[in-house]
Amino acid sequence: MTATISLEHVSKFYGDTAAINDVSFSLGEGELVALVGHNGAGKTTLIKAILGLLRPTDGKVRVLGEDPVSGNLVVRREVGYLPESVTFHLALTGREVLSFYAKLKRVPADRWRNLFDQVGLAQNAADRTVRTYSKGMRQRLGLAQALLGEPRLLLLDEPTSGLDPALRRSFYDLILDFQKKGTTVLLSSHALSELEERAERVVIINGGNKIADGTLDELRRIACLPTQIRFKPSSESAAHSWFDGPVRWIERKDKFLEASVDHSEKIAVLSAVTSDPAALTSMTVIEPTLDDVYAHFLQRQGRKP
Amino acid sequence: MNNIVIIARKEIQEGLRNRWVIAVTLLLASLALTLSFLGSAPTGNVGAGRLDIVIVSLASLTIFLVPLIALLLSHDAIVGELERGTLLLLLSYPVARSQIVFGKFLAHILILSFATLLGYGAAGLALVVAGTPTTAESWTAFGAMIGSSILLGSVFTAIGYLVSATVSQRSTAGGIALGVWLFFVIIYDMGLLGAIVSTKGVGFSPGLLSILLMANPTDAYRLLNLGSETAGSVSALSGLAASSKLSPTVLMASLALWVAVPLSLAMLRFSRREL
Repeated sequence: MTATISLEHVSKFYGDTAAINDVSFSLGEGELVALVGHNGAGKTTLIKAILGLLRPTDGKVRVLGEDPVSGNLVVRREVGYLPESVTFHLALTGREVLSFYAKLKRVPADRWRNLFDQVGLAQNAADRTVRTYSKGMRQRLGLAQALLGEPRLLLLDEPTSGLDPALRRSFYDLILDFQKKGTTVLLSSHALSELEERAERVVIINGGNKIADGTLDELRRIACLPTQIRFKPSSESAAHSWFDGPVRWIERKDKFLEASVDHSEKIAVLSAVTSDPAALTSMTVIEPTLDDVYAHFLQRQGRKP
Repeated sequence: MNNIVIIARKEIQEGLRNRWVIAVTLLLASLALTLSFLGSAPTGNVGAGRLDIVIVSLASLTIFLVPLIALLLSHDAIVGELERGTLLLLLSYPVARSQIVFGKFLAHILILSFATLLGYGAAGLALVVAGTPTTAESWTAFGAMIGSSILLGSVFTAIGYLVSATVSQRSTAGGIALGVWLFFVIIYDMGLLGAIVSTKGVGFSPGLLSILLMANPTDAYRLLNLGSETAGSVSALSGLAASSKLSPTVLMASLALWVAVPLSLAMLRFSRREL
């Protein structure tokens, strides 16, 4: 099986500065991958290289087996792209805009009419000009055009920026539906918390370099970030017995005991704490979030010469 | 449906919605009608038909107005979409960049043709309705004037596209477009005239003069419409036309070249461009 996207040692230089530097990865069918990095890290440049909008200085890009710059244009019918802060021709109605893009992708009319419902744009909104649309409606129209023709690859650049939480949720639900059908999804974002539960794989880039690539669990393990365990003993006396153990518990103001535990010791500590259910009234385990993992990898890269 | 047709259709749809089409048509029609009714009054009886006088008036109007309208429509075509962000999305679609340029160009030419045909046609119709005697020969010249006006518009649309595909900001494109207009419509002729007058014509062989006149599309257009025998008697350009020895075919060819070269360059620039 060929990869949906493959990048081999791709670099893009503007003068002396590298927008992306020696990035390699490949994405298979049905993968949902988060491309994480802060503003200016090279996310958009990477997506543009995948779309063939710029020629890499070095390296090889293949999308659905074709070179996106010089290869067969027809593969683009199977690629959906939602640019960051998408814009449309303001004088046209939503329906006219979608009809225009559908024609370019050779999607017959009966196969895109229901897209308005899918992305949650009311039919009467579809017949208003895009000029009158709110940010959320434009973003929905943007998603609708990206979903034209059941794409095999979806490239979404900051798709949820500026959307309210309810809209974000329906956005992700729709994207996940497509992913289940085998569409590869590459999603760039710096809103890490919302990717946490959704992305199977995370690629972190910073300063144009890929600094981490793996599932969130793998990255947590590589990062060796401690898990925080917090519990409330049922009585004062029970609390004291804990201070003698190997784990350094700290008592918080709300009478909770808290400790940062290494990934490898996590299970042992948890079983020790829970060995006597009567001795505690409440407990929480806080895994390092994607935010923490991201911060860790950024710091580690900063230390490298 | 072909990509070029899809792009052109959308562009015309937008032009209609933005009222560009109606604005240009009304502008040309009102000026043409004004000229056809009033423009012949000061000439008195010079032995030329009314229609010939209208042709000369409209051709003089075209030289100033049509390049301006063409540049106004075209200078924004690529860089405007780039700045508004719509180009980024369009380029991710299965459409070649040359198809985008050509489709949009075609739409602008159609808009311009529609406006010219309707606007100038209204002036011709007004003469017929008013019962002015005309000859078949004059009508041929009138048709040729409309055709070459569209060709002149195409020249400046193509130049506008080249500007639009080259610069990275709309304001720059606007400035350059204005400069192009000033140069070809006003400065070039003033310079040429000044040079001929100051040297008393010495050194200006007919061959050199021909090249200099073809080097400016508005001059080629001027010769094409004002240099003919009947119109020439009104416009006083027949002398120049005779001495430059340029046939209408050569003039048309030079205008066609003025369309093809800037448009090809625009496509080339745009294809190499990175976003």
